[in-house]
Amino acid sequence: MKSIIELFWTFFKIGAFTFGGGLAMIPLVQNEVVEKKKWLTNDEMMDLIAIAEATPGVIAVNTATYVGYRIGKFWGSLLATIGVVLPSLIVICIIAFFFDEFLAIPVVNAIFKGIRLGVSVLIFNAAIKMFKGIKKTLVNYVIIILALMFSLFVDINSIYIILIGAVLGVISQLIFTKEKRDDDAA
Amino acid sequence: MLLELLKVFITFFIIGLFTIGGGYAMIPMITDAVVSKGWLTFDELLNFVAIAESTPGPFAVNTATLIGFTHFPDAPILGAIVATTGVVLPSFIIILLIAKFLDHFLEYKIVRWVLNGIKATVVGLIIAVFITMLGTNLFEGDISLKNIDIYGIIIVVFIFTISRVFKKKVGPIPIIILSGILGYIFYWLL
Repeated sequence: MKSIIELFWTFFKIGAFTFGGGLAMIPLVQNEVVEKKKWLTNDEMMDLIAIAEATPGVIAVNTATYVGYRIGKFWGSLLATIGVVLPSLIVICIIAFFFDEFLAIPVVNAIFKGIRLGVSVLIFNAAIKMFKGIKKTLVNYVIIILALMFSLFVDINSIYIILIGAVLGVISQLIFTKEKRDDDAA
Repeated sequence: MLLELLKVFITFFIIGLFTIGGGYAMIPMITDAVVSKGWLTFDELLNFVAIAESTPGPFAVNTATLIGFTHFPDAPILGAIVATTGVVLPSFIIILLIAKFLDHFLEYKIVRWVLNGIKATVVGLIIAVFITMLGTNLFEGDISLKNIDIYGIIIVVFIFTISRVFKKKVGPIPIIILSGILGYIFYWLL
């Protein structure tokens, strides 16, 4: 029981002090979970980052759920997850109450016009960062360009494009590994 | 109302399920699900991204909370909780299954192949969102040379250069502050 409350509180702190989420929270998790509480070893932490990055969903939530499960099974994972999400929920609800009125002030509106442009740059930078994280193969270039073209010019939901991309990823690997095997045979 | 809550929950559950590789991967799906349904305009979505980046907490959760909150003016907090639960639940379920049954999940070849395909796709999708966003912001909807926002182009080029030159040292918050200052100078003072 004590450890479950500790889990909740630890992840509440992590949620409250990470900005941007995702990989930005890793050092904080490392500090709390590996160094202070010794819930995980450094190696386990590395595995966890790989799993959290590779599975669907919010990285912060993945981390909280995984650590929570290791320490306190189902209830541990539930409390850790609620802990990491709760600060966002509270802070954002407070901000959202005032945001519309805030934005109605003309000077604020001008400032946000600039901010929106800055945010588009952040979005583009996120794409560059993800691009650096994948292998530079012909297949990947083709998938990127197809996804871009479909998204811009065809009226189709992104989720279907992602599903097609996943299928292409598998098919291309099957074809190329087979070719490689044939080469080895020859 | 109950039906609309369910709709928001399902929408965010699907978005959570397909968000792979960090919060920004959800932006193309949010654009589809939220902007194309008329729940939000592109400008509002960009405002939300700015808020989500400059407040504590995971980006994806913040965005979901904001959209849920604003979509239900009669019950904003309920809306926020429903959208947030929706976006978080897929992670929770999947990680629980992995922690329980599949500790060597990443060693399966097929998992890596699927992930590789998805990550490449998401790069293309995010670039597409960027192009569309830039189009709406720089041309105010009507794309012609006469209509172009020169100040906007200056801001984008300047911010992009700064973010690439100092990429290790400049996080999203300084970028947002800097672009806010530029917005103040170009759209208010000039």
